[in-house]
Amino acid sequence: MGAQLRVYRRRIKSVQATKKITKAMELIASSRIVKAQQRVEAAQPYTRELIRAISAAASHTGGGHPLTDTDQRLRQRAAVLVVSADRGLAGAYSSAAIKEGEQLSSLLAEQGLEVVPFLVGRKAAAYYRFRGRKVAAEWTGFTDQPTYAHAKEIAAALLEAFLLRTEEGGVDEIHIVYTHFESMVTQRPTVRRILPIQVVEQTAEEAAASGQGPFPLYEFEPSAGAVLDSLLPKYVENMVFAALLLSAASEHAARRRAMKSATDNAEELIKSLTRQANQARQAEITQEISEIVGGADALSASA
Amino acid sequence: MSELHVNLVAVDRKIWSGSASMVVAKTLEGEIGILPRHEPVLALLANSPVRITTTDGKVIQAAVHGGFFAVDSDNVSILAETAELSGEIDVDRARAALERAKAAGADTPDEVAAIERAEVRLKVALADQSKDHAARSATG
Repeated sequence: MGAQLRVYRRRIKSVQATKKITKAMELIASSRIVKAQQRVEAAQPYTRELIRAISAAASHTGGGHPLTDTDQRLRQRAAVLVVSADRGLAGAYSSAAIKEGEQLSSLLAEQGLEVVPFLVGRKAAAYYRFRGRKVAAEWTGFTDQPTYAHAKEIAAALLEAFLLRTEEGGVDEIHIVYTHFESMVTQRPTVRRILPIQVVEQTAEEAAASGQGPFPLYEFEPSAGAVLDSLLPKYVENMVFAALLLSAASEHAARRRAMKSATDNAEELIKSLTRQANQARQAEITQEISEIVGGADALSASA
Repeated sequence: MSELHVNLVAVDRKIWSGSASMVVAKTLEGEIGILPRHEPVLALLANSPVRITTTDGKVIQAAVHGGFFAVDSDNVSILAETAELSGEIDVDRARAALERAKAAGADTPDEVAAIERAEVRLKVALADQSKDHAARSATG
């Protein structure tokens, strides 16, 4: 076998091995998207009820809670929580989220705020470390399957920073950057401000128009204020949890797409390499024949 | 007679939903029983068992941690950070968890809460078991 043919065969084998790996990753990602989507949906009823209860409690206390006050705080510092992936091979998933975070940071900086980054996922952590930036906190190791305990841990750190007075280094706003899972094919990096919460007060007519009806006159136990106190941290936890779940679903979808195109490319490459190998083989055979014929000619001529 | 529509929801899943004739839960201020046509209530729950009596007379017990519940025109929503139905709890493991929590001590509020949670789980699991036992001895 000629040297060139051997090189082609070796490359084909190596591309085939890569293709097997990317194909497997694609299948794994597809099966995980479905699970991640189910988890997003399973978390919906809680979110719905929680928001309803908070709205009811907030409209009873009439504002004045430290987590809902927008006007009374100075705006000096803003926390930005960026949700990225732990692992690569997911196309532009992580870099899109990080870029969105960068845009938000520069927007906030323009408004004169100091940005305090909180990071989720190894990719964002590596990005900040490489640039030597200071990070308030980072969490890694669970982005493909986040649990509520993780969300709780993150929310606790965010709330601690938020409840500190501005003069003592506390933050005045909390923004979250995550990748919204719109469908299997569309995932969009999204920014959301989670604190301070904007409480939307509705009049009876507006409520009737939205089809929900006004909030019933709840009897609060122990009191409306105490209920709101304990619900708002849960709200933050829930927002973080929802962002983590949606990001996880998006991560799997992005990985599936990236691995699908990698598999397609490998197939394409194998096809063209096979053609080249065939050509090399035929050229070799042709050469051998002409050598034999030439040799026979030379022999008969000398005889 | 009217009945209650109960939704028992944890952060990551819906635990149970259906119609009931009575719901008993423990709020921060004490036990509260909800019957149909109760006035609207929004209350914080203590770490405690929640008992739901369904319309066909069965009693469903659940261990609920870190939750609240809202009653509004016969719709009862019980929301919890974690909630487990009695049938889902393994008694032996619950007992082991309680011992572990106790062994860890009760110095910080977190540790006290962990012991409390473990106790509630065990209580719910045992209540279910004794009920099963009673049912079996009654039929057998």
